[in-house]
Amino acid sequence: MTADAVIPFDDAIAAFDPVMGLEVHVELSTASKMFCSCPTEFGAEPNSQVCPVCLGLPGALPAVNAAAIEAAIRIGLALNCSVAEWCRFARKNYFYPDMPKNFQTSQYDEPICFDGYLDVDVPTADGIKKVRIEIERAHMEEDTGKALHVGGSTGRIHGADFSLVDYNRAGIPLIEIVTRPIEGAEQFAPEVARAYVAALREILRSLDVSDVRMEQGSLRCDVNLSLRRTPADPLGTRSETKNVNSLRSVERAVRYEIGRQAALLQAGGKVVQETRHWHEDTGVTTSGRSKEGAEDYRYFPEPDLLPIAPDPAWVEELRATLPENPAVRRARLATEWGLTDFEMDSLINAGALDLVIATVAAGGDQARARKWWTGELTRIANDRGVDVHDLGVTPEHVVRIETLISEGALNDKLARQVIEGVIAGEGDPDAVVASRGLAVVSDDGPLLAAIDEALAANPDVIEKIMGGKQQAAGVIVGAVMKATRGQADAARVRALLFDKLGVVEEA
Amino acid sequence: MQQHLTRLSAADIAAAISDGDVSATEVTRAHLDRIAEVDERVHAFLHIDDEGALATAAAVDAKRKAGEPLGPLAGVPLALKDVMTMRGIPTTCGSRILEGWRPPYDSTVVERLRAADVVILGKTNMDEFAMGSSTEHSAYGPSHNPWDLDRIPGGSGGGSAAAIAAFEAPLAIGTDTGGSIRQPAAVTGTVGVKPTYGGVSRFGLVALASSLDQAGPCARTVEDAALLHAAIAGHDPRDSTSLTDPVPAVVEAARRGDVRGLRVGLVKELSGEGYQAGVTQRFNEAVDILTELGAEVVEVSCPHFDYALAAYYLILPAEASSNLARFDGMRFGLRAGDTGELGVEEVMSLTREAGFGAEVKRRIMIGTYALSSGYYDAYYGQAQKVRTLIQRDFAAAFEQADVLISPTAPTTAFRIGEKVDDPIAMYLNDVATIPVNLAGNCAMSLPIGLAPEDGLPVGLQIMAPARADERLYNAGAALEAALRDRWGHLLIEEAPAL
Ligand SMILES: [Zn+2]
Repeated sequence: MTADAVIPFDDAIAAFDPVMGLEVHVELSTASKMFCSCPTEFGAEPNSQVCPVCLGLPGALPAVNAAAIEAAIRIGLALNCSVAEWCRFARKNYFYPDMPKNFQTSQYDEPICFDGYLDVDVPTADGIKKVRIEIERAHMEEDTGKALHVGGSTGRIHGADFSLVDYNRAGIPLIEIVTRPIEGAEQFAPEVARAYVAALREILRSLDVSDVRMEQGSLRCDVNLSLRRTPADPLGTRSETKNVNSLRSVERAVRYEIGRQAALLQAGGKVVQETRHWHEDTGVTTSGRSKEGAEDYRYFPEPDLLPIAPDPAWVEELRATLPENPAVRRARLATEWGLTDFEMDSLINAGALDLVIATVAAGGDQARARKWWTGELTRIANDRGVDVHDLGVTPEHVVRIETLISEGALNDKLARQVIEGVIAGEGDPDAVVASRGLAVVSDDGPLLAAIDEALAANPDVIEKIMGGKQQAAGVIVGAVMKATRGQADAARVRALLFDKLGVVEEA
Repeated sequence: MQQHLTRLSAADIAAAISDGDVSATEVTRAHLDRIAEVDERVHAFLHIDDEGALATAAAVDAKRKAGEPLGPLAGVPLALKDVMTMRGIPTTCGSRILEGWRPPYDSTVVERLRAADVVILGKTNMDEFAMGSSTEHSAYGPSHNPWDLDRIPGGSGGGSAAAIAAFEAPLAIGTDTGGSIRQPAAVTGTVGVKPTYGGVSRFGLVALASSLDQAGPCARTVEDAALLHAAIAGHDPRDSTSLTDPVPAVVEAARRGDVRGLRVGLVKELSGEGYQAGVTQRFNEAVDILTELGAEVVEVSCPHFDYALAAYYLILPAEASSNLARFDGMRFGLRAGDTGELGVEEVMSLTREAGFGAEVKRRIMIGTYALSSGYYDAYYGQAQKVRTLIQRDFAAAFEQADVLISPTAPTTAFRIGEKVDDPIAMYLNDVATIPVNLAGNCAMSLPIGLAPEDGLPVGLQIMAPARADERLYNAGAALEAALRDRWGHLLIEEAPAL
């Protein structure tokens, strides 16, 4: 296979106007599948989570999982969509071995949610650009099985020696969210695409309807892209790029396709309407199925399922209980807490916003809470390769430790040891303090003794301090802290030292 | 005694077992013996489960011995159409493509039969995937009509009807997509009921056309049909199209049999041209009997019934083309061309080429075409509109009448081979039964005599609104009782000894 010609991005954008369409498939995290009661856990032994229904055995019939309908409606509402008063499932007919019935139960011209939008902040070199992405529809469908093609060079079905199919994924509920053509993004098209998927992922996470893990395939993105000379021209022929499995890939795939299609058009060629596969490693797309003579899926209403007519009162109830839109919430908290964009970003990037909110709600100070969650705790989580949520430290623990510090019962160093104990499963902070004997030494007697000892060991210090070099006191404080294994209050040690020497401590 | 047991009704068998006059094992053995004696000639069965049947019978006998209460059909033998899954028992749907497949699960109907302690003798022959009116489209050869072994027993459920008519079983399960229970009942002199769509769960019924398929009872008497109907009906959460209403009081209605004051509508469009003279004659006599019994007979018109057959032969193939897509050799059943050389698409294609018969292929092609983009509106879309019009015709007719009646089939049983090469002639057998499936309401066929010109059974169809299945049993029982009084026995008693 010869590599496709690609022209530099800036040249491509100078000559063409890109139009994108993004189709995102979201695997819902319902406990059971869309049309049967099989579990949906990821990573189970192949073909261990199947039944006559999701294997499409003769005679088996689907029955809709109400939790999936609810999730679909909540997603639609969060994306400002209208919810259909009445809609149906449809069969999408095509033969493929990973599809047990050789049709996919999906929705066609009657999606459950339609006509929405998502406002996205796109970070660009020119600053934040606000873009409204229009959502055409969000519809329900079932996932297919997963084929593993063994042998051959490409890992694809053609040329493989044999194929294995795992039907555990078959029938897992999916929501497909389709945008209207995104026009006017110009040179920011790659960033717009990425920002949209990121914002969508954040909303889905806030709704708690999906794991939204792109690398595990619970959120999958297809990128449709076409070029035209000017925005006044009709839409060009588009390619549909699949297998785009990270936010970074979304951006790269858009950039690559713009360069590839521009090269084709510049050379007087034509863009073929086809499916293309994104290759993360090489950063290129390659041609898949050609869609010339467009595939005919022979859609028709699924006769095995009743139409869905969500009760409007129920829909309103779902709307009323939606979580706050993440972008709105972010803006509100930034104002309330007086955070800079940078501070808010690092909080979001650490994935700890909810933990900080919970810590504040439990009575903690937001600045101290942010310091704990994005600093020490994120570092420990990274070292251990776990999510900061899974450390075993709760917002209540953080609040308690902070209280102990402000009461003078702990200092920062001891507090870190308390955290270690909590993570090690030794109990809550008070239990760790008690069992490890971690308390600040507040009795002056032992401190004075330690100071005397330190002064004896460092006779030159007294002279320095008396001579005005007060920073020399650090040596003594350090030695005392060491002698008390950190359990002394450093400020108190310092005060006692100056007191003893009869020197007034400079402010 | 043995011979006698096979001639009893299901109700009488259940009573005899319950009273201890006979054991379920004796009853089962008598029927298995009868099958061994005659089925070589009738070919009603594709699979006989002696072992399972005797085990169920033994369990019923043990229950009785232990003094446990027995249900109204406990120990009664039954023949199951081979389109219903039954765990571990071959289910072929009359097709090569499912040869050797043993389902890993029970259909809801089978679950309910087991719960009722019904003894399932085996699986009965049918047109391949229920496509046909004669069983000639079975990949395993046709069944024969016990009234004349050279003739068809109807279809698609000809095996179930023949088994009952040949006294191989007192009860059978059929499925009816366009008449597959009623037309075989008509041509074999037995009773068959297509319940209201959604009345009996379709879970485990291998789908032909999902929006039309409905399982129902086959029996020799109206009361037996009601007992079986009551045993298998009722809501099933695994079938989304299953009704949540309580099961209509069909058994009570079958025991009432009173048509005084009942408004009976004669459907103008289901008579006249195309109907055999003897069929029309017997039908008219039955109308007179109903009048004598106190029914108020009126004529009704359902003008859109004329388009029913055309609409049916678009909707059915469209749904079937999709339902039958799963038979591809990948997960179960036949696999052809698996030489290690060919790709998956070729194996799928060769499997379907080898596994499906001509009629199935014909309908898959029609259905695929009817659903294709550019043709959908003109064919499938248009057919759905006709369906709505037919529903309106029924609604209007049921304003004037409590039940509607017509001959079940335009002719008596034809000869094997007579129509097999003429699909249109074959399709016309179902002209009177199809409207009910399109509208989703319910209907019964019961025997009303023999056509003078050929001495073969004629069936009368009673149609009732959706969810009013009890009306079928009430009217059917009244007519059955009057005819029995007239003849001194059931019509089926006149069938030749095999
Ligand atoms: Zn399942």
